[in-house]
Amino acid sequence: MLTVKDLYASYGAINALHGISLEVNEGELVALLGTNGAGKSTTLKSICGVLRPQGGSVEFLGEDLIGKKPEAILKKGISLVPEGREIFTSLSVAENLRIGAFSCYERDRYRYDLEEMFALFPILEERLQQPGGLLSGGEQQMLAIARALMSHPKLLMLDEPSLGLSPTMVDQIFDLIATLRDRGTTILLVEQNAERALRVADRAYVLKTGSMEFSGTPAELESELDIASVYFGGTKDGSGEVTV
Amino acid sequence: MIGSEFIINTLSLGSLYALIALGLVFVYGILKLVNFAYGEYLMVAGYTLYVLGTFTPIPWWLTMILAVALAAFVSYLTELIAFRPVRTKSLDAMLVTSFAVSVLLQNAALLFVSPRSRAVPFPPAFSESVTVFGATTPVRNILTIVTTVILLVALTLLMKYTVLGIAMRAAADKFTTTRLMGVPANLVISVAFILSGLLAGVVSIFWVGRSASVDPLIGFAPLLIAFIATVIGGMHSLQGAVVGGYVYGLLFNALSIMLPASLINYRDAFMFAIVILFLLLRPEGLIRGGYTEERVG
Repeated sequence: MLTVKDLYASYGAINALHGISLEVNEGELVALLGTNGAGKSTTLKSICGVLRPQGGSVEFLGEDLIGKKPEAILKKGISLVPEGREIFTSLSVAENLRIGAFSCYERDRYRYDLEEMFALFPILEERLQQPGGLLSGGEQQMLAIARALMSHPKLLMLDEPSLGLSPTMVDQIFDLIATLRDRGTTILLVEQNAERALRVADRAYVLKTGSMEFSGTPAELESELDIASVYFGGTKDGSGEVTV
Repeated sequence: MIGSEFIINTLSLGSLYALIALGLVFVYGILKLVNFAYGEYLMVAGYTLYVLGTFTPIPWWLTMILAVALAAFVSYLTELIAFRPVRTKSLDAMLVTSFAVSVLLQNAALLFVSPRSRAVPFPPAFSESVTVFGATTPVRNILTIVTTVILLVALTLLMKYTVLGIAMRAAADKFTTTRLMGVPANLVISVAFILSGLLAGVVSIFWVGRSASVDPLIGFAPLLIAFIATVIGGMHSLQGAVVGGYVYGLLFNALSIMLPASLINYRDAFMFAIVILFLLLRPEGLIRGGYTEERVG
């Protein structure tokens, strides 16, 4: 469904991605792991058109996405839940959801979709008329996910959905991600919380300072390298080099 | 009755200033660009009133509609031709571009019309006096208040209840995220410029109506007023601009009444002193607003 090949990206003089490749197939939940600054968010930004990569290709359903505007890429069916949630704080919860459905609004379907979101996130129905800025962090994350789902994405990308949330809220968010996966939503999940992400993922990639360090199933990942090594460097046997 | 006259004059002046400030903030809210060419949209409408009113038999009401429409169109054109190509470069580039657009439009008026001011015909009813609540005031002032109320209600409905309005508020809050939701950047920016030009056009009718003349530099004073009103009210929300406009009108009229005759010529100096106090004590303005400082790019 999504094929990223040999992607290079940089912020000014700083290289953020050195030719990474990854693939997401329909119905899969793929986790993209790595430390701060590994290039996870940069990868997502390159896919959704916020950042223009220096080289490589991004193909979605057979179509090249490089150089397309973010609004056009959303229409192709890729929806991003951005890092830090990026709720419209001065807009009500209802208005946030309405903007989420901007690209595909039809009155009847919209009502139906809203009901579905309320079933997934009952708290949003209670808070419908409140400004997004007054929601708690966890509620904002739910709103961000619901807002992204309103556009009926073929591929949902989540950027650090558990960041800054309380442990119970993290549980809820990962339960929700599992629910979405079971309903057949294709998901690309970027996480620092590798353990939790691997529990729900079908496959995983590990980024390290802009290069792809590993790709495989969660089981392969656990056997090949210590999860801690993703964050602290080195491998299970302590050799310092990871062979994939 | 000085009391009711003061209230009507203040409401009229405040309404005009509120509309002026609102037009500037519409673009600022989304692009974070202080558009120095804003006053020239007002000038365009002024010259349209002059040309159509003087040289054609078009009725005055249609002249006014055309003047407002042309101001909105020129505003849209400047966005399309001048601002859009530099939008992703830097805010400085856009700021300098807005100076360039301003100078170009001013000089177009100098070159093609005249450096001297031109008399603009208005229907006599416009400046006839009426008595409202015991106050005697030109019809124009009452029209200013009524028009402003209608426009503010219409704009509030647009911003609150239409998807375009919601998208514009979202874009003013977080521009990139709004695009990620599928809202086209060009759409919201164009609409912001069109609304900005539309407000400048409406303001022009009443602004030009006060002196019944138009000159190439007529846009400067309203631009200054918009700056002052937004300093007072706050640059980060539409409400702030409106509040700032009315407070400015109130302060201005209050100074006119309270200052002794020997100091009345220094009214502007007192006004600027108040503005400096605002900058020192409450730099974010009376209304803080929720807009972030995200750059468009």
